[in-house]
Amino acid sequence: MSAADAEPPSNPLDKALERLPVHPTTLVIFGASGDLAKRKLLPALYNLAHEGALPVRFNLVGMSRGELRDDVFREECAEAIRRFSRRAVDDAVLAALLVDARYVQGNFDDEQAYATLGSILDDYDATAGQPMARAFYLSTAPGFFPVIVGELGRAGLATHEGAKVRCVIEKPFGTSLAEAKDLNRDVLAVFGEEQVFRIDHYLGKETVQNLLAFRFANGMFEPLWNRNFIDNVQITASEDIGIGTRAGYYDGAGALRDLVQNHMLQLLTLLCMEPPVSFTADDVRDEKVKVLHAIAAPTSDEVPEMSVRAQYGTGVSAGEDALGYMDEDGVPADSNTETYAAMRLSVRNWRWSGVPFYLRTGKRLARKVTEIAITFKPVPHMAFDEDGGSAGVLPNVLVMTLQPNEGVSLSLGAKIPGTRMRIRPVMMEFLYGTAFLSQSPEAYERLILDAMRGDATLFTRNDEVEEQWRVCDPIVSTWAQTPGPLPTYESGSQGPAEADAILVDEDRWRAI
Amino acid sequence: MSDKHDSVWSARDTTPEAIERALRELLVERHAEEPGAAPARVLNLVAVVDREWSGEIANRLRRVGRFHPSRTVICQVEPGRTQLDATVSVATDEVTGGLSLIHELVIVNVGPQHLPHIESIVDPLVVTDLPTVAWSPHGYPEALDALLHNSQIVLLDSIDEPEAADALRRAAHFVDRAVVVDLAWLRSTPWRERLAAYFDPPVLRNELRRLSEVTIRHDAGSPVAGLLLLGWLADRLGWEPSTLLQAPSGAMSGTVRARREDVHLTLEPIDLGVPGLSGLTLRTADGVCVSMDRGAGGLHAVRSERDGTEDRWTIMGASRGEGGILGEGIRQALLRDPLYQPALSAAIGLA
Repeated sequence: MSAADAEPPSNPLDKALERLPVHPTTLVIFGASGDLAKRKLLPALYNLAHEGALPVRFNLVGMSRGELRDDVFREECAEAIRRFSRRAVDDAVLAALLVDARYVQGNFDDEQAYATLGSILDDYDATAGQPMARAFYLSTAPGFFPVIVGELGRAGLATHEGAKVRCVIEKPFGTSLAEAKDLNRDVLAVFGEEQVFRIDHYLGKETVQNLLAFRFANGMFEPLWNRNFIDNVQITASEDIGIGTRAGYYDGAGALRDLVQNHMLQLLTLLCMEPPVSFTADDVRDEKVKVLHAIAAPTSDEVPEMSVRAQYGTGVSAGEDALGYMDEDGVPADSNTETYAAMRLSVRNWRWSGVPFYLRTGKRLARKVTEIAITFKPVPHMAFDEDGGSAGVLPNVLVMTLQPNEGVSLSLGAKIPGTRMRIRPVMMEFLYGTAFLSQSPEAYERLILDAMRGDATLFTRNDEVEEQWRVCDPIVSTWAQTPGPLPTYESGSQGPAEADAILVDEDRWRAI
Repeated sequence: MSDKHDSVWSARDTTPEAIERALRELLVERHAEEPGAAPARVLNLVAVVDREWSGEIANRLRRVGRFHPSRTVICQVEPGRTQLDATVSVATDEVTGGLSLIHELVIVNVGPQHLPHIESIVDPLVVTDLPTVAWSPHGYPEALDALLHNSQIVLLDSIDEPEAADALRRAAHFVDRAVVVDLAWLRSTPWRERLAAYFDPPVLRNELRRLSEVTIRHDAGSPVAGLLLLGWLADRLGWEPSTLLQAPSGAMSGTVRARREDVHLTLEPIDLGVPGLSGLTLRTADGVCVSMDRGAGGLHAVRSERDGTEDRWTIMGASRGEGGILGEGIRQALLRDPLYQPALSAAIGLA
C-alpha cells in the first residue's frame, strides 16, 4: 500500500453529524421467534430503518430451534412488526428491511447450524464487497448464553478480519454471584470485554438518561447532592398488576432478581456516582462501579433487619377483586417467591456516608410508578411559631419520576394566603412531556444502535454486574434458606406493614 | 391525544400590553380548568407572514408534530393597516396520565408601517429567557432585521428565493448576527448522513480522496439545496470552490481543485415535485461510480466497478415530508449545527 493509499486518520464527512455512521452490519438474533424478539427487537429494528438510522448496509439473520423457511420467517417478522411497532408501518421500508433476511434452524449446540450461519454471513460480505460488522444478539433463555457463546467461538465467528464482532446479551445475567461469574468467565473466554454488551434496557430509556442530564447539566443541585443536605433516598418501582401468565418465569426469579439486582441498582448508581471525567463508556462505568463497591454486602444476620420480602394476597385492585399470588395459575403451592422486596442500603463513601437508601419494588401495589424521592434535611432552626405556623413545615423533597409521567417535582414550603404566617408544602412540578411533546424512542432502538456502533456506555460491564450480585447475593441466599410462608400484603395496597421495620429514625415510606 | 380545549381572547385596535395581559389571564383560566396543564416551555417562534397566505403557514405549523414551539406569535401583515388587532388562544391537548400540553398562539394583524419596529410589538409577547426563533417566509426583510434585536435564531428556507446566489447571500447576511436554521440545509441532512456512513468503512474512505465527478440531482426549484450539499463536500474534503456555470437547461457545472486532482461538479435540475434533492452520483478517478436516488423504502443505491459489475441495494428510510422539515427546523433551533456556516461559505463560492 502506497503512502497515498494509507487509511485516512478519520472520516472527514462525519464531523458534527447528529447521527454518526454505523459500520455496515449483519445482526443475528438468537431466539428470533421468541417473545422478546417479536415484541421489542424486530419493531425496534423497523423503527430504526424507518428513521434512516440503520447502517447503509444492513442484514438480518434469525436463528432458532423451530423449522422455518426464509420466506415464512420474513412473514412472521413482518407480522410482529406490524403488530408491535410504535409507529404506522411503511410497507416499502418494511420490505427493504426483510428482503434479504435469512433464517437458520438449529439447536443452539448444533455445530452444523453455526457452519450454516457462517456461510450466510460470508455471503453477505461478498455481496457488500466488504467485511460487514457482526452483532450476535442473544435473546434466548439464559441457560443457552454460554452454549451459544461457546459455539460461536468454536465456529470462528467471534472475530472477523476487517470488521468488528459484538455480542449482545439479554438479562438476566446470572441468577446469583456464582452464576454471573461463571457466565462472565465463559463469555470472556470467547469475546473481549469490549465486544460484550450486557443489556439492561432501563439504561436505554430516555428517562434514565435524563437522570444524568439532571445531575450533571444543572449546577444548582450538585452542591446539595451529599450527606450534608440529603436525609434519605427512596427508590420505588411499583406495579399495579400481578404476574398474569408469567408464573413460569416469575416464580423462579422473584422481585429482587427481576428488578432490584439490575434496574434499581442502576438507578442507585446513577444517582450516587461522582461526575465522570467524560461520558465515554468506561469513564461512566468506572464511576458506577465505585458506587457499588461502596455498598457493603449484608451478612446473613443483617439480612432480616435490612430487607423485607412478601407476597401479594387477595384484595381489590383498580376496583376489581384480585387474586393472591398463591392463587395465580402456575404458582406452586409451596412457593416462597417474593412479589415484594424492600431493602435499606448504605453507600459507604465520603459523599453518602450515613444516608439510608431505601429500595422497594412490588407487584399488585396501589399504583404503577417508578420514582426516586430525595428527602432533604430539615431547616436547622424553625423561626415560625409552633402555634399552627410551623406545623406544616416539612423537609423539601425532590422527586424524579421515571414512569408513568417523566418529570421532576420539588416540594417547597409556602405561606398559605391569610393574615397568619402558616406554612404548608406545595409542589413545583416539571413534566418533560409538556416541554418536548416527547415520543421517546423505545429503549431497544437506542441500545441496538449503540451496540452496533460499539458504544457500551449504556450497557453493564462485567465488574459492574458482579458487584450488583455481590450486594444482592447474600439477601437471595438468606431468603432461600429461610422457610416460609412469607408475609402477605393486600392487593392494591401500599405493601406489607413489615416493610416499616427497615426504616431508621423518623423515616416513613412515601405513599405509592 | 384526545380532546383539545381552547381559551380564546380577541380584540381590535389593541396594544401589546393588553395582548400580554390576555395571555397571562388565559393561562390562569386554562390551568384552573385543567390542573394537569403545567407550562414547561422551550422555545418562542415569531413568524411574520402575509395576511393573505397566513392560512397556509398555519397549516404548516399544525403539521410540525412533536417538535412544536411552546409559544407562537404570528404577525399577519395587511396592506394599509394602521392599528393592531389580535387573537390569543391558549389550547391544551390532553394526553395520557392527566397531563395536558399547552400551545400558546398569538396572532397580531399589523400593517407595513409596523414592520421596521416590529420588535416593539413582539417583545412583550414572547416568553423571556427562552430562545426566540424569527421566521419571515414571505419576505419582509425589515421585519426580520428588527426581530434580530431580540431573537437568537433565524429560520430560513433558502429555496424560497428565486435566485440561488441571492438566497445564499441572504443567509450569509444573517449568519454573523444569529444562528441560522435553513430548511434547505436540513433537506440535505439525510444525504449527508448517508454519504458519511457509506464512506465510513476504511476500505471505502480512501475513495473520497479520488473523487473526480460529483453530480447532484435536485428539484428544479431547489438548486440551493444542491449547492449547500456541494458546499458541505467542498468544506469537508478541502476543495477550493470556484463558480459553477449555468447552462440554458438550468444545470450548473464546473470544476473545483481538490488536494490531489480536479473534481467536476454538476447540479442537475429535475422535476421532483417536492423541494429538495433527488439523487447524487459520485465517480472516482479509478472508474468506480456510486449513485443514490430517492425510491420506495429509502435511497436506491448502485455501486458500479470499473469492470462493469454492479451492486444494488436500498438504504432504508421513510420520507419525513415537508411538515417534517418544518418540525425538524424547530428542533434544530434548540441545537447548533457548526457545519452550516462553512458549507454556506463554500456554496457561495460555487454559486
